[in-house]
Amino acid sequence: MTGTIGASVKRREDDRLLTGRGRYLDDLDLPDALAIAFLRSPHAHAKINSIDVDEALQAPGVVAVYRGSDLMAIHKPLAPKVQHPMLKELPRYPIPCEEVHYVGEPVAVVVAENRYLAEDALELIDVDYDVLPAISSTAAALAEGAPLAHSDADSNVAVTLTQRCGDAEAALNSAPNRLSGEFRVMRGGGHSMEARAVAARFEPATGQVTVWDTTQSPHYARQQLSMIYEMAEDDIRVIAPPDVGGGFGPKAQFYGEEVVVPWVAMLLGRTVKWVEDRQENFVSAMMERGQTHRIEVGFDDDGKLLAVRDHIEHDQGAYCAGLQVPSITTSTVPGPYKIPNIHTELYACYTNMVPTSSVRGAGRPQAVFAMERMMDRIAEHLDLDPAEVRRRNLIQADEFPYRVGITFRDGSPLTYDSGDFPALLEGTLDKLDYERCKRERDQARAEGRHVGIGIAVYVEGCGLGPYEGAKLRLDNRGKILVTLAAAGQGQGYETVYAQIAAEAIGVDMDLIEVVTGDTGRIPFGQGTFASRITATAGPAVYNAGHQLRERLKDTAAHLLGCAPGDIEFDGDRATFAGDAEKSVSLQEIARVANIGKHGITLPKGIKPAIEVSSYFAPERAAYASGAHAAVVEVDPDTGGVKVLKYVIGHDCGNVINPRLVDGQVIGGFAHGIGNALYEEPVYDAEGQPQAASYLDYTLVSAAEVPRVELFHLHTPSPLNPLGAKGAGEGGTIPAPAAIANAVEDALRSIRHRGGVEDGRPDHSGKQPPGGRARHRLEGDADGARSATIQRSPRIDYAPVTPHRVATAVREAGH
Amino acid sequence: MTDNITVTVNGKQHTATADDRLTLADFLREKLRLTGTHLGCEHGVCGACTIIVDGSAVRSCLMLARQADGAELETVEGLAEGGKLNRLQQAFKDNYALQCGFCTPGFLMSVTAALREGPVRDEDEARDVLSGNICRCTGYQGLVDAVLETSKEMHS
Ligand code: FES
Ligand code: FES
Repeated sequence: MTGTIGASVKRREDDRLLTGRGRYLDDLDLPDALAIAFLRSPHAHAKINSIDVDEALQAPGVVAVYRGSDLMAIHKPLAPKVQHPMLKELPRYPIPCEEVHYVGEPVAVVVAENRYLAEDALELIDVDYDVLPAISSTAAALAEGAPLAHSDADSNVAVTLTQRCGDAEAALNSAPNRLSGEFRVMRGGGHSMEARAVAARFEPATGQVTVWDTTQSPHYARQQLSMIYEMAEDDIRVIAPPDVGGGFGPKAQFYGEEVVVPWVAMLLGRTVKWVEDRQENFVSAMMERGQTHRIEVGFDDDGKLLAVRDHIEHDQGAYCAGLQVPSITTSTVPGPYKIPNIHTELYACYTNMVPTSSVRGAGRPQAVFAMERMMDRIAEHLDLDPAEVRRRNLIQADEFPYRVGITFRDGSPLTYDSGDFPALLEGTLDKLDYERCKRERDQARAEGRHVGIGIAVYVEGCGLGPYEGAKLRLDNRGKILVTLAAAGQGQGYETVYAQIAAEAIGVDMDLIEVVTGDTGRIPFGQGTFASRITATAGPAVYNAGHQLRERLKDTAAHLLGCAPGDIEFDGDRATFAGDAEKSVSLQEIARVANIGKHGITLPKGIKPAIEVSSYFAPERAAYASGAHAAVVEVDPDTGGVKVLKYVIGHDCGNVINPRLVDGQVIGGFAHGIGNALYEEPVYDAEGQPQAASYLDYTLVSAAEVPRVELFHLHTPSPLNPLGAKGAGEGGTIPAPAAIANAVEDALRSIRHRGGVEDGRPDHSGKQPPGGRARHRLEGDADGARSATIQRSPRIDYAPVTPHRVATAVREAGH
Repeated sequence: MTDNITVTVNGKQHTATADDRLTLADFLREKLRLTGTHLGCEHGVCGACTIIVDGSAVRSCLMLARQADGAELETVEGLAEGGKLNRLQQAFKDNYALQCGFCTPGFLMSVTAALREGPVRDEDEARDVLSGNICRCTGYQGLVDAVLETSKEMHS
């Protein structure tokens, strides 16, 4: 057997992608398709007085121009993906008629012979706006007397999410040690290299509309369209093209453009296509990350955590497209540690910036940033090794399933299914050669260089429900067709699911074909998000494969006159105990059981139609885990950070194709490095984006991403028959925390430069008993800091840009 | 103004209309239906649109089609040899240097041009060669390995 579970099979997708024969949405041959372009708001917050489209309608090549008010049949709010009973929902319309709430929000749409002409016509549309005050940060949103991001709202807070376990307040009050910090994680985007795109064609003869959409969730998109258009779901076919150029979260969301484009196709009876350009992508594809954490920890003199309290401001953007990110954040804070008392409180704020939703990592990097930065500060406070502080708090390998005491975003109690966090941490430190790195760091410091080590450990809820499905069929050519509802964006589904099916059926991988992401081929599905597909579609394919195997054996046994248990597969033949003389081909089986003879009774015992479907619904989320360790060197004058070494320990349970998992982790890591050091879509106080091209928004290239050393643990999940968990986000999640910890560590050496005793332990010996108490309020949220105490620079932001490093050094008085 | 232009693409001559502002990338994709060349940013940073024009790697989103009149173009569609992946393409595959594949044609063309100029000797040089293109999926490790492997085979 060539392809089975656990083998690094080469990717089937590659040949077409390497030869320019990929079929991405804009490559599809859609004869005579008209081009669509959207006019977008130049203001972050404004009232629309009027929109004059007369001139645009006269422009060459223009077929139609629509405003929101011209499309009242679809003027319906787009539902948030994840709801909350207390959510103050503000309607997000495909094209708003009265008020715009972020720069980039669509206000009109032009349909023309080609994109060049459509864009020409956009310039001829005259919109009269009354500009209103804009909110461009959560701090501004929550400020007393702040203007409202939406004129008809009563506050800028969308919802408050609270998680509690034990009594954090009391535990903090009685804790021997208490530290607090304030950390800010900036916005960041998905930036799939292919931006979004939608094309649609209406078939008057059948009344069906076909929608090609770069979505990660075709079935979700179909469901939304079906509700808005008031059409049966069977009359809407949503196809995610076979090749989609990356997803990373923003393509799992549902957007106004996805409603408008097919509707216009139906209105005009013409094929239409909208391909988002990068400029639009910067101002209209959802982003994530923007959060501020004020976190407080209580711990004993050994560094054991007694309580954590985290007050979180979350930038929801102009609309709430779903509460998945904030709710994941609140449950990710405790991470791999045993914490008896937890209290997280999150304020999701409306602002006048692009709405936010999941981007690779989805609410986890921010929580890990806050918690892991505090773990280092605990170590510093007690003069302990940061690794040792973590060690003392980790959940042990024999404590699973482990109930954290709060709730996960899937609605179930946050219960870690399996893992071995101590082994992950130790393995990562071993691979880093921690003791040697520490010696080298100290040596470098002695030479006046600023080298630091950072560690970050995390737990990642993944493999979420409700379900995912697969349909397996023996086709009439004797091949096995695996149909997945899930749509891929480069993960290698055609390879991985052929591996799983081959293993389950017990046939050669070459006999298996995989198709994905087409609602016309399989009725039910959810989509690719939250690192969930291997742990949901994987078991569905596996279970269906076993059922198909039984069906094939049963049919072959009848044809060969033997017992099903005697059937063995050899190539494309089912044999009686391996005897090639006594065998039937899969095609012959198809001929008998599937094709049949018109009007003739089936041979006795043969069951018709060899097709099985299987849907797998996990009872709750699985939890992947990992540890990252970084060594960096910092130039305190320029603020430049160079990563000298980076190790990732990763546990995503059982692995189907190890090289593809490595690719997911290393690719995720590059995104994490971007979040840690570079990426930031800056907005000014008026809500105008200041970094809306790749000249200002830095995506990392090969020159910025260091080589990673990777090691894996495989703690199977007990929640699915493959023992699989998710792998798509672990490379990203803790990278900003690990890098910031390393940078702060690197700068720690300059604390003593001024020769001022700062009352805290240095690395040479025990601290005086009083030192600890004196620093209880150090770095407190209210900013109480003693001017006489000189301390090392604090890295409180991600990304850790040179400017921020240099500022931190300056603020620390150096 | 719309005029005919003539270009040679992967050894084959094509004549088609191109108006003044049509980019070379759009000309290839829309007029010649050679859709292997991708557009990731249309402002000259991501490198997805890289092709080879008269021997040099060029961002086809930044060049007008009419500037290429009479030029010799090479695109990703011309790399495979006799229906088989060429050495560089095979190295990309063997080293898992692609995932979604959207950036891949641009990387292949940039690296093809670089390797013609001489060997890529070490990881730093490989990263330098790759640094004009952006990949959001792979983290570059496979790409670095593929470049080094191909260079070794070609220049040893
Ligand atoms: S599309 Fe030409 S450089 Fe990005
Ligand atoms: S493989 Fe997706 S951008 Fe490079």
